[in-house]
This record gives sequence, structure tokens and C-alpha cells, in this order.
Amino acid sequence: MINYNFSSKFKHANFLSLALFFISIILIAFKGLNYGIDFKGGTLIELRSNNTEAYSIRDVLKNMQLGDVNVKKFGKDGDFLIKVEQKNDNNKLIPEIKKNLLDNLNSDVNFRRVENVGPKVSAELLQSGIMAISLSLAAMLFYIWIRFEWQFSIGSIIALFHDVIITLGIFSLLSLEINLSIIAAVLTIVGYSMNDTVVIYDRIRENLGKFHRLDISNIANLSINETLARTIITSVTTLLALFSIFILGGEILRGFSFAMILGVLIGTYSSIFVASPILKYFKVSYKTIEKEEEKIVP
Amino acid sequence: MLNFSKINVLIIYLLFLFIGVFSVLNFQNENDRFIKKKINLGLDLQGGSYLLLEINSDNLVEEKIQSKVIPLKRLLKDNGISYKDFKISKSSLSFTSDNIEKFDLLFYSRKDNTINPYIDNYRSHELKYENINKDQIKIFFSKFGLLTINNSALKQSIEIVRRRIDDVGTKEPTILQRGEKRILVELPGLKDPERIKALLGKTAKLNFRLVSDNDEFGTNKLISENGEKLNVSKRIIMSGENLIDAQPNIQNQNNEPTVSFTLDRLGAQKFGRATTDNVGKRLAIVLDGEIVSAPNINEPITSGNGMISGNFTFQEATDLALLLRSGALPTPLLVVEERTVCPDLGEESIKSGITSLIIGFTLVILFMLYKYKVFGLIANTALIANLLMLIGLLTILEATLTLPGIAGIILTVGMAVDANVLIFERIREELKTEKSAIHAFDSGYSKAKITVLDANITTLIAAIILFAFGSGPVKGFAITLGIGIITTLFTAYFLARHLTSLVVLNSKNKEIKI
Repeated sequence: MINYNFSSKFKHANFLSLALFFISIILIAFKGLNYGIDFKGGTLIELRSNNTEAYSIRDVLKNMQLGDVNVKKFGKDGDFLIKVEQKNDNNKLIPEIKKNLLDNLNSDVNFRRVENVGPKVSAELLQSGIMAISLSLAAMLFYIWIRFEWQFSIGSIIALFHDVIITLGIFSLLSLEINLSIIAAVLTIVGYSMNDTVVIYDRIRENLGKFHRLDISNIANLSINETLARTIITSVTTLLALFSIFILGGEILRGFSFAMILGVLIGTYSSIFVASPILKYFKVSYKTIEKEEEKIVP
Repeated sequence: MLNFSKINVLIIYLLFLFIGVFSVLNFQNENDRFIKKKINLGLDLQGGSYLLLEINSDNLVEEKIQSKVIPLKRLLKDNGISYKDFKISKSSLSFTSDNIEKFDLLFYSRKDNTINPYIDNYRSHELKYENINKDQIKIFFSKFGLLTINNSALKQSIEIVRRRIDDVGTKEPTILQRGEKRILVELPGLKDPERIKALLGKTAKLNFRLVSDNDEFGTNKLISENGEKLNVSKRIIMSGENLIDAQPNIQNQNNEPTVSFTLDRLGAQKFGRATTDNVGKRLAIVLDGEIVSAPNINEPITSGNGMISGNFTFQEATDLALLLRSGALPTPLLVVEERTVCPDLGEESIKSGITSLIIGFTLVILFMLYKYKVFGLIANTALIANLLMLIGLLTILEATLTLPGIAGIILTVGMAVDANVLIFERIREELKTEKSAIHAFDSGYSKAKITVLDANITTLIAAIILFAFGSGPVKGFAITLGIGIITTLFTAYFLARHLTSLVVLNSKNKEIKI
């Protein structure tokens, strides 16, 4: 049987996690997150034009004096993504941009995707995104609290925070766009990481009842090892699916699948190296779960 | 855990077949479907336009408060209440009087109160007043008065938006109320929403007013179609409400596109009287505060038919006729969110989505075969059944599949095997200590049960919250993820377990490796 000594690495791992966590917080606070138009408001235009370069599109838009404009290649040759910042609702903007591009670019232009989010709606979307993530964290906390003891609940929630913050930190570091699908990815990460943690916690609880002589470090270590094959296999199959989306799923799903890949890796790591050591710090022992059982059976 | 009664087995497979067979419905020929159910494609996959429109009732409030001025003054006068300093602002009226008590009784009377009607539904009056000083008051709309104005404007707007969109003739539009101030419009298959946006962006308030020679009291200065400044009387002879039809046509003499209109009886009367009295004068046709044209009244028009010309292109004439037919919007509509996807991008998305599904699926299947051999085959059978049931359920619910929804299906494929992996790994452990293979399998299943449930419920919670808060495409992801968890639990715990039991029970005394 595989038997790695995970618990001897807990200290180093926790130091690393803390460092990454705080670096991420600093990045998010000072460098900020690159919000897409969903949350910042503005206009996004994806167009296909075969004999055009990004700079000629930029030139056309510069003459319109739109303020902050961002033009970049998007996937295949001839595909471009234009982002225009916009402070107020202006329903004439998109037709004007389209007309200018059609008139001034010396080639066919096919507008493949146009999105426009007004300032009010984007503020609401951001608010409901934050609500959704907070609510899911709360719901997880509650679920684990019902199913396990409070120490487990705290441990799993810290692991979740760890995963979400570091994923967002990496997004901030790489200036990747945060949009609605990233919120979906973060929520799925929350679910996935929780899933991983629960499997190990379940085993820890079972082993606590079985081996009264072992201390929590050994129990955690044993439980992690016993579930390790499952942890790895599930991560591999999930990552196989995700990489397939990342590589073949097209530009629109790329950010989403990248966030998920990060989340699965970090979530797997955190169930072993964050969620489990926390039980040790809370000095969880077989008495913890026995007390709980007494409570349930009066 | 490995013993199944015959009836249980029957139920499991019948349920699987019943749900799974629905997935086939999606491959029917479009024309001869025998069951109408199918998965709908979201706008991001089939192409089309999503518009979120917002009404702004501020100017309606202003109009309405102004309409109270004359009745209010009459009420004060008829009841001998003296007043001074009558002021009109955008959302309120104020005046000073030394007999506020008497006014209060009249203002809040519930019987035949036309100025300040009592709204039964809300148990509140339309208007209320506040003391600025002892004898000066400010009258404004109550919370429910504003709500009533807003709601009726929204209802009316939805009706008119529907008429305009139907008139353009897009296929299967969806028009829904969203919240208190918004209208959601979905136009599948539409490549360019600009014309519809332009049509919805106009209130199309039409009225006919006389042009006067001097800038006397009660006129507006408006600029006509050919640039001349005209003094147009504020008095409206007739408005668009009296129109029953409008059609674009081409005038024979000079090939100019025009819009001909037909008036209802009341409109025809008003129009006839006004044109009779004012032969020789000019009549301004005003649309949304701009003069479309200002022709001379050559002779009385009593037939109730008329024509508007104004240097239109044929398209403009067509659109104007459409706007006039559909009626005026009570307030301007603002597009606060727009998402348009061109059908060919949607097609590409479907292709790349399906490709990555097939590849992801194949990779997972190969990996499981490599890892678990015979039991890998069982897990894979469960996975295929899972996919069929997931698609079947989406079909039964006629759910909307979006691009993130496809990602949700692929992710389900990757995570679904987890249930079987958990069980198989547990059985492996049990096999080490347990002598009898049957016992090992049995206790493996029962011990893993709680863990599998716990693990899946957490993801299900995330999916439900995402469904509640997500919008559009993201909702599609939540649906596939959530349903995927349910089908995963079913296939792992019933189908795969039954298949496993067949393998284990038939192997009798041979050693079983997993």
C-alpha cells in the first residue's frame, strides 16, 4: 500500500499556503481584478475580417474618440475582439462603431458577437455574483456543520477560502478576465474542492472511531493515504475532461476551463494540505466525535 | 447491497430506458417529430439577440402631475379655499392656503375622488401631501401611486414591444417582464438587432398641430424637415391614438415613398373639423417632438384618410408605418443589456463543444478501462447510461442548452466516475481484509454510500445556488451540472451496482480482482 508521510509536510505546506494566500490578497487588493464587461459595463465586439490587422481597427476606433478601447486578436487569424469602456447607457454607440468599421476597413467585416452591458446592469451582475459565491460558501459551511463537527466545518471553509482566493490571485497576476462564466467556474470549484475534502474528512472520522490510540496527525495521514488513489483518479478524469474543453472548446470557454483546471489542482492540494492539518490544530480526537454522538443520541 | 429483487431490477432498467430514450428524440427529423420534446439551444448556440429594455417613468410622472393642475385648482376654487403661490415642479405641486384642514378632507375623500383616487389593491391614495410649513403644502405621488404609473407603463410597453416585434416578423420571439422596470426580449436567429433596436428606441408619439405665423403664447419652436424654424401650436388637433391603420406606399406622381393612414371615427371627425376651419394654413405632423413634414391644408379632409410624406426612403416609410400601427410607447425604452451572437459563431461553438465532449468522454473511458479493467467497463457503461439519462432529462424538461451547459456536461463526465471510483477503491480496501469477495463488495458499497452522497450533495448545492443567481448561459451550466449529479447518483448506485453484482455473483469461487 502507498504510504506517504503527508503530515510531516503539513508545516511547510501551510507556510506555502499562507504565503500564496496573502500574496493573492495583496494582488487582488492592489493590482485588482480584470473585470470583463459583465461586471464593469461596456461593449464587446467580436468580428471576423480576413485582411485586417488589429492596428487598423484601432485606428478607426481612435478617430471616434471613444475613450478606453482595447483591440486584440481572438483565436484564429482574422478574428478580433474589441472592448470599449462605457460610462453611461448609449444605445447609439454600437451602430456607430459598426458603421465606422464597415466604412473604413478595406475588407469584409462579419460581426460575430456583440455584447453591451450598461452600468446599472453590470453593477447588479457583480452584486449577484458576489452574493452567489458568499451564499455557496455559507451553504457549504452549514452542510458540513450538520454532517460533521464544527472543527471540520471550519477546516473545510478555510480550505474553500484558500482555493477561491488563490484562484482569483492567479487571475489577477495574469490579468485574466473575470466574467460571468468565471463566477460559474469559482462556484464549481467550491463544489469540487468541498467534495474532495468531504471524502477525506469522512475517512478521518471513521478512523478516529476505529483507532483510539492514534493521534490526529497519524489518523489524518492514514486517511489521506487510504483515499489517495481515489483523489488522484478523480482529479485525473476531471482534468482530462477540462483539458479537452480548454484545448478544443473554443475561445469562449477558455477562461472558464482554465479557472476550473486551477481550481481542481488547488482544491485537491487543499483537501490534503489545508483541510486536514486544521483538524490537528483544533486538537480533534476520537473524543470530539464521541461527544457529538452523545449529543445526537440523548 | 448486492442482492436485487427482480422487481427492483425491472424498475431500474425501465426507468433508465424511459428517460434515456428521450435523448434520441433530439435526432428526429425536424418535420415529422412524433413527440414534440427536444432540447432548446440557447442564443449563444443557435445565434440570436438578447435585449434587456428598461422603461423610464420619470417623464410620465411629470406629465401626470401636470395633468392634476387644472382639476386641483378647480377643486380649490369650487370649495372656496383660497390659495396662493401655486408652483409646479417635475414631480410635485405646492401651494399656500390658510384652510388646509378643509382641503385635507376633500383630498383624501374616498368617494368619487377623481383627483386623488383611492387604489383598493394597495389601500392607498394615488397622491399624498406633506406640510412644508404650517400653511404651505407639497403634493406628490405616493409610493403606490408611482407603482401604479410604473406598472401600467410597463404593461403597455410590453404590449407595444410585442406588436412591433411581431410586425417585423422574427421567428419565435420571447418577450417577458423582468422585475419592475425591465422587459426581456429574446430574438433567436436574428443576425443584426439594430433595426429592432431602432424600432424599440422610438416612442413614436405622433400628433397633428397647426403651424402659426407668429411666436405667440402657446407655441413651440420646432425645426421642419427642410430646416425652417416653425412656430407650432401646443394644441394637439389629433394624435396617433386615433389611427387604426398605416401603410407605406409609393406615390404615383414622383415615386416618393409615403405613409398613408386611416383614422377611427372620432379621429376623422376631429381631423375633418380642423382641416375645414383652417384651409390655407399649414399643418405640422410631429413625431416624438420633431416635425416630419408640414404640408399646406389645401382642402378639408373629412374621409378619415390621409398621407404623410417627408423625404423618406422606402425602408423609413415602412418603419414609420409599423411604428404608427403598433401605437406609441408610454415612455422611451433604453437597452440596458444586449448580447447578440451571429448564427455561424453559434454553429462553431456547437462543433467545438461536441468535439471536446467526444474527446473528453473517450479519454475518461480509456483511463477507466486502463485503471479498472472489467470494472472499468462497468463504470463506463454507467457513464454512457449517465450521459443518455442526462440528455434525456434535459429533453423531458425541454431545458435550454448553452455553451457553458455543454461544458457542464463534459465536466459531469469527468466527475461522474468519481462515485464509482470511490466505491471501487473502497472495495479494493475491503478485499484486503475480507475473505469473501461477495462480502467485500457488499460492505464496500454500503461504506462508500455516505461518502458518495456527501460528496455529491456539495456540488449539487453549488449548482442550485448558481441556478438561482446565474443569468442566461450560466444558468444553462447550472442545469446540466445539477441534473448531471442526479443521474450520476442513479447510475452509480443502481445501474453500476447491479452490473457489479452480476459479475461478482456469477464468478462464484473464482478470485475477483478490481
